[in-house]
Amino acid sequence: MDLTYTPEQQAFRAEVRAWLEAHVPEAPLEHYDATREGFEAHREWEKTLKTGDWGMVTWPKEYGGRGLDLIQWLIFEEEYYRAGAPGRVNQNGIFLLGPTLIEFGTHEQKQRFLPPMASGEEIWAQAWSEPQAGSDLAGVRSTCVLEGDDYVLNGHKIWSSRAVFADWAFGLFRTPGTERHKGMSLIFFPLNAPGVTVNAIKKINGHVGFAEIFLENVRVPAFNRLGDEGQGWHICMATAGFERGLMLRSPARYQVAAAKLAQLWRANKETADPILEADVVRAHMNADAYALSIYQTASRLMAGAKIGPEASTNKIFWSEMDIDLHQTALSILGSEAELIPPPGTHDWLDDYIFSLAGPIYAGSNEIQRNIIAERMLGLPR
Amino acid sequence: MDFTLSDEQLMFAETARTLFADSCTPDHWRKMMEAGVAREDARWASIVETGLTLVLLPESAGGLGLAESDFALIAQEAGYVALPEPLVESAGVAAPMLASLAPDHAVLADPLATVAIAHQVNPFVANADSAAAILLEKDGEAYLATPDQVTLVAQPVIDPFRRLFKVEWDAANATPLGKADWDLALDRAALFAAAQGLGLAQRAVDLGVDYAKERQQFGKPIGSYQAVKHHLASAQVAIEFARPVVMAAAAEIGHRDIQARARISHAKLVALEAADKAARASIQVHGAMGYSWEVDVHLFLKRALALTQSWGTPAFHRARIAQRLFTQPNGPDQTFARENDHA
Repeated sequence: MDLTYTPEQQAFRAEVRAWLEAHVPEAPLEHYDATREGFEAHREWEKTLKTGDWGMVTWPKEYGGRGLDLIQWLIFEEEYYRAGAPGRVNQNGIFLLGPTLIEFGTHEQKQRFLPPMASGEEIWAQAWSEPQAGSDLAGVRSTCVLEGDDYVLNGHKIWSSRAVFADWAFGLFRTPGTERHKGMSLIFFPLNAPGVTVNAIKKINGHVGFAEIFLENVRVPAFNRLGDEGQGWHICMATAGFERGLMLRSPARYQVAAAKLAQLWRANKETADPILEADVVRAHMNADAYALSIYQTASRLMAGAKIGPEASTNKIFWSEMDIDLHQTALSILGSEAELIPPPGTHDWLDDYIFSLAGPIYAGSNEIQRNIIAERMLGLPR
Repeated sequence: MDFTLSDEQLMFAETARTLFADSCTPDHWRKMMEAGVAREDARWASIVETGLTLVLLPESAGGLGLAESDFALIAQEAGYVALPEPLVESAGVAAPMLASLAPDHAVLADPLATVAIAHQVNPFVANADSAAAILLEKDGEAYLATPDQVTLVAQPVIDPFRRLFKVEWDAANATPLGKADWDLALDRAALFAAAQGLGLAQRAVDLGVDYAKERQQFGKPIGSYQAVKHHLASAQVAIEFARPVVMAAAAEIGHRDIQARARISHAKLVALEAADKAARASIQVHGAMGYSWEVDVHLFLKRALALTQSWGTPAFHRARIAQRLFTQPNGPDQTFARENDHA
């Protein structure tokens, strides 16, 4: 065990820091879920990132990455959040679909889809859930039928993040006549394809962060299927592992929030309830513990291990710590907690509202607890 | 940066696990509780024979000269069986301190001897009666005395395997050993209490899981009900996020700086909170059986309670973390930072 960075890792951190200091926009961008302008401003930022080859540092160079390891990825993320750089509008692509494509895609698929994903030219939405299939994803009813070299897609997807403004979506489709986990395929479709209708759904904060998608005889080439026909469930579980486990929520996000919370506490300590200091300390402990846990997982994966059910423990931990942290911030703010802050200042309230979604998305925490109980602890179904 | 355990470390842990699994079973606990004893000579002899008491002793005192991260794994296994004997406090804290002050002392030459330690942070001294010698503190100086050179006042204790004493003593009847590093003793003890907490917690969950698989209600094993599953899953989450903190604390204790102390405190808080959470979840899953003497979960609850309050209360450790948080830089690039990085 060696918990110190190598000189190469320190040099890498310095390189990332210098580049971000020179390039991160001074004024915060409008949120990518708020308006088309906000979304496109974030796309421009993704393109700027690509000019420094920072689009997705862990991907192989030939697919638009830098070929770096997971520890370097963590260092990149730490510097990214530390610099206050814009949120990644393409997170569904780069953190969810990307790693899955690298594992299951053909060389041609990787060449086609990964570079424009890393450069922000093509921004991805996820299309997992359906009105009747949320946590019970094996219940999806949308269909795919192979006709010649094309699939014909039909169905109704919902709670699709980014789909209102994004270019592409990936979703699960069922070969007609199949049941449950069998017969599902993971297929990509352009959101402007004939037969696709996207309706915005406003989130709790008024942003158009979700969409429902209707697919009516949408034709896509069979090339757009990831893995074999019927292998969709297996692939999708791997994607979910990345989502819950490692990539979706890097620790730096919470460490920045915990450090800001400590500042907020110091600024308000004369007037705030003294009991809240323990909660501020707790937020720091939680963010630190999460970082240590992810470093440990990264070390294990680099030594050849595969991500396992710990992905479910991560998802519960980060989502619950996020709510606790932001509730503490609102408690410190007291009667100012309900005020919408002026633009350019830290928005604890909006981050709190966002944190409330944590135990729901990426598989509800109830489902994660079932997974832990059944797959880690061996309790009966 | 490599946050994985070495093969040698895993081997030591495995040795301890196998030894304890064979020699410290529910049958052993029951017999000891009936006899009202807190030490089983045969088990202690086999622990000594396996070399577990030598791990943290320096080579100059006949030990193996290994590190805290090696001993922490053994402490974790001791927690998993609620080990009655004072392996952790004696071999992990007191004997290394004595070795640093008097490496040639006769007590260290006797492999079966245990050493007790009276530390300012604790009002009571554990296992002072059965120790070959007791380390005592006065004005930062260390003294050594045998139990018959001091007055031991036994305290009633809820953990059936802990023996706590108030120690009254006179420096004239003890051997002065000079200035000692009481802070290191505290840090080691807190770290190993945390490691034991991980073991206590995992055992409480495992006992709950075993019971929930067997016990039938409404025609199904109770472990198939979500409410039962979620108690145990939540406890497991607490364990999973205490473990890397304990491992990091063990790896960093040698730095002796504000970050290392805060991490040890963090480890002690969360590992013993996990132990408490797991024990209470396990009692709940066991139902009325869980509230009875017959089911072993109470041993783990009581040991967690004891270790939570000894070697620094939660308030003491929270204050050390607050000190790090409010006096040092924070943020995502500071996870592994050191005090002198900012000098």
